[in-house]
Amino acid sequence: MADLSNPRGTRPKSRFTLNNIVLYGILGLMSIYYLLPLYVMVMTSLKDMAEIRMGNIFAPPVEVTFHPWVKAWAEACTGLNCDGLSRGFWNSVMITVPSVIISIIVASVNGYALVNWKFKGSEVFFTILIFGSFIPYQIMLYPIVIILRELGIYGTLGGLIMVHTIFGMPILTLLFRNYFSSLPEELFKAARVDGAGFWGIYFQIMLPMSMPIFVVALILQITGIWNDFLFGVVFTKPEIYPMTVQLNNIVNSVQGVKEYNVNMAATMLTGLVPLIVYFVSGKLFVRGIAAGAVKG
Amino acid sequence: MTHSIQVKDLKLDFGSVSVLKNLNLDVAEGEFIVLLGPSGCGKSTLLNCLAGLLDITDGEIWIKNKNVTWAEPSDRGIGMVFQSYALYPQMTVRGNLSFGLKNAKVPKDEIDRRIARAAEILQIQPLLDRKPAALSGGQRQRVAIGRALVRDVDVFLFDEPLSNLDAKLRAELRVEIKRLHSRLNNTMIYVTHDQIEALTLADRIAIMRGGIIQQLAAPQEIYNRPVNLFVAGFIGSPAMNFIKGAVVDNGRSIKLGEAKLDLAGYDGGQPTDRPQAILGLRPEHLTIQDHAEPGHTIPAVVELDEPMGADSLVWLMVQGQQVSVRVPFEKRPTKGAQVHLKVDISKASIFDATTELRV
Ligand SMILES: Nc1ncnc2c1ncn2[C@@H]1O[C@H](COP(=O)(O)OP(=O)(O)OP(=O)(O)O)[C@@H](O)[C@H]1O
Ligand SMILES: [Mg+2]
Repeated sequence: MADLSNPRGTRPKSRFTLNNIVLYGILGLMSIYYLLPLYVMVMTSLKDMAEIRMGNIFAPPVEVTFHPWVKAWAEACTGLNCDGLSRGFWNSVMITVPSVIISIIVASVNGYALVNWKFKGSEVFFTILIFGSFIPYQIMLYPIVIILRELGIYGTLGGLIMVHTIFGMPILTLLFRNYFSSLPEELFKAARVDGAGFWGIYFQIMLPMSMPIFVVALILQITGIWNDFLFGVVFTKPEIYPMTVQLNNIVNSVQGVKEYNVNMAATMLTGLVPLIVYFVSGKLFVRGIAAGAVKG
Repeated sequence: MTHSIQVKDLKLDFGSVSVLKNLNLDVAEGEFIVLLGPSGCGKSTLLNCLAGLLDITDGEIWIKNKNVTWAEPSDRGIGMVFQSYALYPQMTVRGNLSFGLKNAKVPKDEIDRRIARAAEILQIQPLLDRKPAALSGGQRQRVAIGRALVRDVDVFLFDEPLSNLDAKLRAELRVEIKRLHSRLNNTMIYVTHDQIEALTLADRIAIMRGGIIQQLAAPQEIYNRPVNLFVAGFIGSPAMNFIKGAVVDNGRSIKLGEAKLDLAGYDGGQPTDRPQAILGLRPEHLTIQDHAEPGHTIPAVVELDEPMGADSLVWLMVQGQQVSVRVPFEKRPTKGAQVHLKVDISKASIFDATTELRV
């Protein structure tokens, strides 16, 4: 029998085939398409207004200045406040951190219970939960305003955190449920024979095996909540507006001249957090998605 | 005889599907019971019910004369070994072995003592600080058995523990499980697909079909006197031959087409006459010869043979029905030959064609 374990013969030459030229051509064009706006933003944010008025948006700055970044962070005015985006940044941190932590904890326990501790009606419960994610947000805005008002937390950080936690539930529960159901059922059974209970199995058996899916959930939630605009503007007051709302207010402020350099800098500052999260954990993210998120 | 396990009228439904139907099972202390049956007949389900991993619909389960029907799995005095090993991947072998003991708040030195003993019995001392991923299949299954062993329980439940291993390892571990049983002398309930495992390990075999135990008896009994057609066809490899015929002459003979066989010496008393009967003959209980003996042989034509090493399985046509015979390789007849099959009626089984029960 032929030995098939190693490739034989000369390696096929393939560098300049038509296929590759087309492939890399398209990849190149796509990269330019996406990178060009970023390039323009960075360049503009490093120019002063005099230079911007001269016109060429593609030209690199003659004189590099970081003042627009400083201004965007600490001095730009929205309404009566003139402390830039920094206020919004800290608001966003205070909104995102608890929302992410609470929603992931609750959803992971949900998913675990739905897979391993099925109760009467657990399938119905799950179906309703998933169904909830198909209702457009706009329909629910007003009822939620009323609910928050009745609970006395309308316009507070707590109220917004609760809303984010609840709206993250369907997709996160689905994510965790699918992941946990991809783990072998016999492990769970073995742990039960070994006398571990609901929390014992969750913390000692399931958690250590589920890091990839927690990373996925973390990224989804951090970017989703950080980038949220709608809930922030509807459910909070100006002092606690998240960064996205603040950004909008800076960029769209009608008084005075449009400071394009400050706007560009502010936009990039706002996008920085999700960007960093992606860069730091991109690999883990892909691995986690592959590990369990795709299985029905 | 003290009871180790008693299952009384056990019923289990998944929704509207009834998987176990009024199942009864009495297991004596120290007995090795093998559950054998086709896929989907409810073997694992029964085992999971015994372990307390499934809530049963009706009935009672007693272990060691205690009603454990609603007891937690860990409180039943059982240890379980799974087909997929189910070792906790993030823990070392030692961690796997001690997990249950820690949950049961067993003192530290006692845990060490039990792990040392299990490791010695299963010869896994050098593996104690490895993770399961760094073990071979056979080693993993040893650790899985060890996890049941350290629990110091009276009842071991095995769900196809060897079916993920290759043939050679399977044979090795099979012997080891037998040795373990004779050393520990605890009760074992063992699920398998493999007839050889069943026949070699079991004190008694329970043949299951469709959630019902068809026959529960010693391996030889099941092999020689299967209660019905299903059990007869399920046990034995190569499978039993079935030839249609009729019991005549007041139960003194069975008519197979033109041929007639004398039923004197049939194991099961003298059957009553019936027009629709089935004669079951194992391939190893037939011999091929070239002369007829009225009342003891049936004429046949050789069709083909399958060499199986020392033996050869010869296929013949008897009254338009296929019959296989096991013969030593060098004694196999030539194709197309007209021969006579000598039947050892004391080892045959006769079944009623309508009830399918042995008569
Ligand atoms: N969770 C479940 N929900 C519904 N039906 C189930 C469930 N688990 C098992 N069944 C059904 O119960 C029957 C018995 O299953 P079981 O796993 O006990 O079979 P088995 O004898 O162990 O088969 P195998 O030899 O393939 O392991 C099967 O028909 C199966 O489809
Ligand atoms: Mg099974």
